[in-house]
Amino acid sequence: MEAATLTSGDRGVLARSPWARVPDRALRWGLTILAALILALIVFFFVQLFGEARPAFEKQGVLGFVFDNDWNPSAGHYGALPLVVGTLITSALALLIGVPVAVAAALYASELSPRRLRGALTILVELLAAVPSVVYGLWGIFYLAPNLKPAEQWFANTFSFIPFVGGGTVTIPNAFIAGLVLAIMILPIVSAISREVMSTVPPDHKEAALALGATRWEMIRMAILPYCRSGIVGGAMLGLGRAIGETIAVTILIGGSTQMVEHLFGQSNSLAAVIANEFGEAQGVHRSALFACGLVLFILTLLVNGIARGFVLRAGRRSAGPPRAEEHQRGAAANALLADTAAGA
Amino acid sequence: MSAPGATAKLLDRCAASPARRRRDRLARGSVLAATLLALVPLVLIVYYLLKKGLGAWSGDFFTTDPTGNTFFKNSDIGGVKSAILGTIEMVALASAIAVPVGVGVAVWLVEYGRNGAFANTVRFFIDVLTGVPSIVFGLFVYITLIVGTGTSYAGWKGSIALSLLMLPVVTRSAEVILTLVPGELRESALALGAPRWRVVGRIVLPTALPGMVTGILLAVARAAGETAPLLFTAAYTHETTTNLGSFMNSLPVQIYTDVTSPTPRIVERAWGAALALVTLILLLNLIARLVSRRSRLA
Repeated sequence: MEAATLTSGDRGVLARSPWARVPDRALRWGLTILAALILALIVFFFVQLFGEARPAFEKQGVLGFVFDNDWNPSAGHYGALPLVVGTLITSALALLIGVPVAVAAALYASELSPRRLRGALTILVELLAAVPSVVYGLWGIFYLAPNLKPAEQWFANTFSFIPFVGGGTVTIPNAFIAGLVLAIMILPIVSAISREVMSTVPPDHKEAALALGATRWEMIRMAILPYCRSGIVGGAMLGLGRAIGETIAVTILIGGSTQMVEHLFGQSNSLAAVIANEFGEAQGVHRSALFACGLVLFILTLLVNGIARGFVLRAGRRSAGPPRAEEHQRGAAANALLADTAAGA
Repeated sequence: MSAPGATAKLLDRCAASPARRRRDRLARGSVLAATLLALVPLVLIVYYLLKKGLGAWSGDFFTTDPTGNTFFKNSDIGGVKSAILGTIEMVALASAIAVPVGVGVAVWLVEYGRNGAFANTVRFFIDVLTGVPSIVFGLFVYITLIVGTGTSYAGWKGSIALSLLMLPVVTRSAEVILTLVPGELRESALALGAPRWRVVGRIVLPTALPGMVTGILLAVARAAGETAPLLFTAAYTHETTTNLGSFMNSLPVQIYTDVTSPTPRIVERAWGAALALVTLILLLNLIARLVSRRSRLA
């Protein structure tokens, strides 16, 4: 008798009719297909890009394309070394200038500043991420470059004995200005990730250092910086990825010369900038060579970002410590990466 | 009697030596100096944008299209109407694509995929998308939608490029917010007999909505400022158009085109357009912050 009250026909009262389960299945499989499509899309893009780049690779050979120092479309030579070197020099400069400032700003905001200033400081640094690339270019070329030119020339003359840095004539768009503006552009992301990682340092570590008589700076050096090292390195690498792929600001500021860069204050070019500059009028193999530049850029940023994410995730994982729930670990790492996307404007 | 004196002596021996205190002051001073240095570019950029940009915002700056009459000194160069409308149209379409797809994938990751191998692969690929330079998105769309179909530049192709750029930002931020929705809420609804799709639609999404809006607005702000993906997809044109199938102007591309001009008045228009663009983006950022303050999650 009791079983009869719980069943109606051949299914339980609490079980759903087969039709009621249709929307559930539809949602589940619809979303799964959506997710799978994204994977397929990325693979498809990669294959297509490689296909378009192939004529250039066939003509120059893959190694020849990347390591030949001769980019001369009118003569049909496509050796991208000057572009690769220009990309690496401006990005390295951006890290050299940007990372110490960004880490200092993060340290000040999280450890040294008065509590009331903390929020305002964070927002101000992150506002730098809201400025579009093309506006950095505009400001850099019409304000920064002319105003810094005398200082650059003085620097080049005074330190003329240093190879690559000194001796040359400063031009108005030049590699140094491009690197400097890139440094400003990567500031917010490096700073946001550093701050996020610093917030995961257990208070016990800091208090222990202070209780042992350490000054604030000694506490930072002994308790905070070693703990955050891999997170800061990861943040810097994410910044490097940004700097390598940055297009429009660099296109405006770097000068667009396709010769190998002669000195720091001379014109240069980058992989991204050459695409923006030459794509409009490129035909045939030239166009294919620009696709090949895009592919090299893609792979380069992929490597840098992959390594960076490894570092950031490791920092987030360690910060949780063994007894805490796994949820918290994921939370810390996810927060660090969210800080990245938020600062990624 | 001797105790306080001994304590004082002990404390004195424990206190940092003058040399260590000097180093502490010096290091803290340098950190402060570097922090101030980080704020210098922001101040300079805002100052110059206002100084040069406001000068360009004359009467018909927002109501006329650029004319392309740049040859004669006194010819009318026009304003940025087509650029502003183009940016709004293309970003709106891009959001209409990226937001449902991005939120959908985030829901799948949190509710269904969880920590399975496939879900982690999807996460990895979305992170890969985050790092792809924006110009490479332009190339992707150029290859598939322009070379692939044998047609010309169009506004909607620009939107696709922008939506690819927005997708990872929307997905990852939505995922973080969705994981913060308490499991108890889901379990209570399921225990009351609600089917999964209603739990997602009526419980999980509404709870997460304010938090997700923040991420979405930041993605929109990012897309609005991008030049590189639009150069070879929507290209540049003077006229205002509502036809997403034709060439379409946008603020960033207008600025980029004007920067390279030798005519000072055109450069002035670039400053005006830049001020308009930055104002738009800051407004989106401001709204995002206000919304995130109202969210009960995070």
